[in-house]
Amino acid sequence: MSRITLAHGGGGRASRHLIEHEIAHRFASGPLEGLPDAATLSAPCTGLVFSTDSFVVQPLEFPGGNIGHLAVHGTVNDVAVAGGRPLWLSLGLILEEGLPLELLRRVLDAVAAAARACDVQIVTGDTKVVPRGQCDGMYLNTAGVGAVLPTLALDRRRLAVGDRVLVSGTLGDHGMAVMCAREGFELANAPRSDTGPVHRLVMAAAACGDGIRFMRDPTRGGLAAVLDEIVDGLAVGVRLDEGHLPFSAPARAVAELLGVDLLHVASEGRVMAVCSPEVAPEVLHAWRALPEGHGAMDVGEVVAEPASVTLATLAGGRRIVDVPLGELLPRIC
Amino acid sequence: MRLIDGFRQPRAAAALTAELAELGTALGARQVKLMEVCGSHTMAIARHGLKDLLPPNVRLVSGPGCPVCVTDPGYVDAALAIAERGAAVATFGDMLRVPGSRGSLADARADGADVRVFYSPVQVLDWAAADRGRPWVVLAVGFETTAAPLAALALEIRRRGCDNVTLLTATKTVPPALDALVTDPALSIDGFLCPAHVSAIIGARAYLPYAEEHGRACVVAGFEPLDVLDGVRALLTQLLRGEPRVDNRYERVVRWDGNPAAQRAIARVFRTVDAPWRGLGVIPGSGLALADDLSDLDASLRFELPVTPGRVNPACRCGDVLKGVIDPEGCRLFGAPCTPDRPFGPCMVSSEGSCAAAWRYRRSTQ
Ligand code: SF4
Repeated sequence: MSRITLAHGGGGRASRHLIEHEIAHRFASGPLEGLPDAATLSAPCTGLVFSTDSFVVQPLEFPGGNIGHLAVHGTVNDVAVAGGRPLWLSLGLILEEGLPLELLRRVLDAVAAAARACDVQIVTGDTKVVPRGQCDGMYLNTAGVGAVLPTLALDRRRLAVGDRVLVSGTLGDHGMAVMCAREGFELANAPRSDTGPVHRLVMAAAACGDGIRFMRDPTRGGLAAVLDEIVDGLAVGVRLDEGHLPFSAPARAVAELLGVDLLHVASEGRVMAVCSPEVAPEVLHAWRALPEGHGAMDVGEVVAEPASVTLATLAGGRRIVDVPLGELLPRIC
Repeated sequence: MRLIDGFRQPRAAAALTAELAELGTALGARQVKLMEVCGSHTMAIARHGLKDLLPPNVRLVSGPGCPVCVTDPGYVDAALAIAERGAAVATFGDMLRVPGSRGSLADARADGADVRVFYSPVQVLDWAAADRGRPWVVLAVGFETTAAPLAALALEIRRRGCDNVTLLTATKTVPPALDALVTDPALSIDGFLCPAHVSAIIGARAYLPYAEEHGRACVVAGFEPLDVLDGVRALLTQLLRGEPRVDNRYERVVRWDGNPAAQRAIARVFRTVDAPWRGLGVIPGSGLALADDLSDLDASLRFELPVTPGRVNPACRCGDVLKGVIDPEGCRLFGAPCTPDRPFGPCMVSSEGSCAAAWRYRRSTQ
């Protein structure tokens, strides 16, 4: 057996074999062994954060990771930036008939390794197989539950003039890596996806209490889309400083070549925080002490311009940071 | 990418800006109109907020150098008709959302047409080789910069014998459009910021007639913010001295004679024809059609579908925008209802279009 067949989704012996020998043993042990249809859990707190996300990236593997890493990091990060400490994930697999088993194993190994690194448990799961042509190799879905971090009071309406905008590292690497992999660009110095967890960064920021106004992970649509959503309808806006925006050299080179604005491009392992000017240095310091935050930068400030996002350019001019139209990078996460 | 960083040094920009202010003062009451011919310049100027840095008596207007913007809607109609006949249509991404007389390629794709986006035209050969049973049509839109790779594509189609790939050409050349602009008495353009990439092919020499016969300042400049500011400085200096000439400030890429190999490939594959430009009308000798011995690669012959002029929305003033007669903000439809999400004309679609640049980067910073 080297490929997934429809029999693997039929509910019979082949299905059981697939689940027992390829999937379940990689994940939970103890009472949750075998990934039950439903997991019974006891929450260590009263407030919960709950999130779900689906992953349809093409290609399934790209420099810096694969769809398995994304499926864990995507949901862990969604839970984290909502102010939760991620605890449990579910894992839904939709596999296409003919999918090479070796590829499935690499993806599942990535899910298991990423979950371990994030300190979350995969506690329940589901597997379906669809006929050839009905999905692009595989789709994944994860849902995640986390415990509310009590010190955080995230609310974008608390943005105040003078607040700082921080990002935890270079922007747009994931989107450029996937784009290059998808289009088959052969580059000596190709961008690598930044896929990774941000929950430790969130928890480090949480230590600064209510000086943290808001957090988001700049995924689809990049920092531009996230900021645009945040200031929507507010009496304040954000002004970014081009000179402080962190971009990696490979991502920048490809973006220049293709005429892409990296502010529009997804990251999958970064977090953006708006915080009071008093706590900003403390947050930056805490972030830079973590490997995933060593490239953190203060990139801009909240200004008294209603619902606007602008960029002070290095040349000394000023322009609007527009929202991407959405067709540039279809299906990058 | 030291190159990029090197050319965006804020201190150098501040020094150039100060010099521009002095030149502006030296011009006194004179109002100067400069045209950036090329869409990539339009975008660079908007992206880096460079209009903020010009003296008040110096105006930069956009020119006809955005290939998508000057493509006649009839061309989009022909591409749609070809897609309806079951061909796979391959295009640069910018063409996707350009409205024809009845919808865009993106609309057709949503309705099930097979429309693919390429980054480099030669990608299409692999796609078509894996799909031999079907015709593949490449939308050949662009200026000299694109004509060179399209010429290579045509020769490669012939060499590999990919008889299921054809080209629908609306390829154009820049100098005939400049001829039309300098001879139009209604347009008083003092100087041209000449295109960067196009000039790499045709050479800085191509602009001599505009300086020597028509007395316009001509400066070839690159796309980095400092390149553009330096280009404007060079233009203003020429105007102050009253000595129009061709100044190549982009020597790291553009040679006086251009790229002879690319010129030869273009001359081998294409022949010049009269071509319709949106907003400018038919310009003699400005189009590139496939040479007679390559006419079997011509999609409009293969599909027996002549490209006829399409219907433009009469309220859209792209034509006036492309000639520098009005700024995008001068169009009644700008912003409401015309936006990049719901474009009425191609200038609002293309990432290099002046209306799109104005809408995306300028609308409320002024
Ligand atoms: S704003 Fe829209 S309608 Fe007006 S000229 Fe530009 S593209 Fe045409």
